[in-house]
Amino acid sequence: MELIKIEQLLEKYFDGETSISEENELRAYFSSSDVAQHLEHYKPLFGYFSNAKEQQFEQQVPLHAKKLKIAWISIAASVVVLLGAGTFAYFNYNQPKQNQDLGTYDNPEIAFRETQKALELLSSNVNVGVESVQYINEYEATRDKVFIVD
Amino acid sequence: MNQNDFMQLVSPFKDKIFRVAKRLLISTEEAEDATQEVMVKLWNKSEGLSVYNSVEALAMTMTKNYCLDQLKSKRASNLKIVHNNFTDRTPGLQQQVEDSDSLSWVEKVINQLPEQQRLIIQMRDIEQYEFAEIAKILEMNETAIRVALSRARKTIREFMTKTHRYGIN
Repeated sequence: MELIKIEQLLEKYFDGETSISEENELRAYFSSSDVAQHLEHYKPLFGYFSNAKEQQFEQQVPLHAKKLKIAWISIAASVVVLLGAGTFAYFNYNQPKQNQDLGTYDNPEIAFRETQKALELLSSNVNVGVESVQYINEYEATRDKVFIVD
Repeated sequence: MNQNDFMQLVSPFKDKIFRVAKRLLISTEEAEDATQEVMVKLWNKSEGLSVYNSVEALAMTMTKNYCLDQLKSKRASNLKIVHNNFTDRTPGLQQQVEDSDSLSWVEKVINQLPEQQRLIIQMRDIEQYEFAEIAKILEMNETAIRVALSRARKTIREFMTKTHRYGIN
């Protein structure tokens, strides 16, 4: 190619006026072996441009992987929750049936005695708590003696 | 749209996205993250993609915005990414080594340009987009792009001429 034309193209190139095809002409010229001496220093520039276009993106694009994982995790989680709720319901459903039959008395007198016994047991246990409260009352009496309260 | 359709739609320009991201972010890992991010964003709106007449331009705009955001973010200001693993060009090396070295010189100069000029150089000289396409992607008018491009190319030329004449930085 004529040197003059290349020089003109270069001039246009640096003014940002060249078209893609003209730029390709320049590229072709500078990638050939016979580049004029005084234009030698542009060689790496155009060489770099063609070189830089070779770079590729090698990673996988994580499109479905993420979504699938989330889907699977949620499925697994819901299964676990369902199983948990299921076993809980199952055991709770069976237990009341066993405990419901507490026995009964046919004779009202025996029933009365048994009830009294149960209530006595309850009240004696309540009194255990009341006895320990007595100490606090003692403490309060002492306090009233020390700090004369009117 | 299923995954295969999407990959087919995206594969012609996913390398371009990566290269543009790398031009702006310099680091390969950051650029990979950016590319994945843009892909996932595109995928998430894949139902609405038919509205756009050029998905590639949309993807490029998204990449540009994402990368500029990254650069502006606190993270980027805390951790400055500097590319400084260049060796000096010592005389007496073989021609091929010298060649690849001057290629990295070019890269160094380009990466020192302002972000916008870097983007324009990347899109015009490397990806070879038409001015109209670049204008759409960058949301600028064509004249402004030509001016910025010319400025960027002249900066590179100045540097190359200097290196060539004196053999020093």
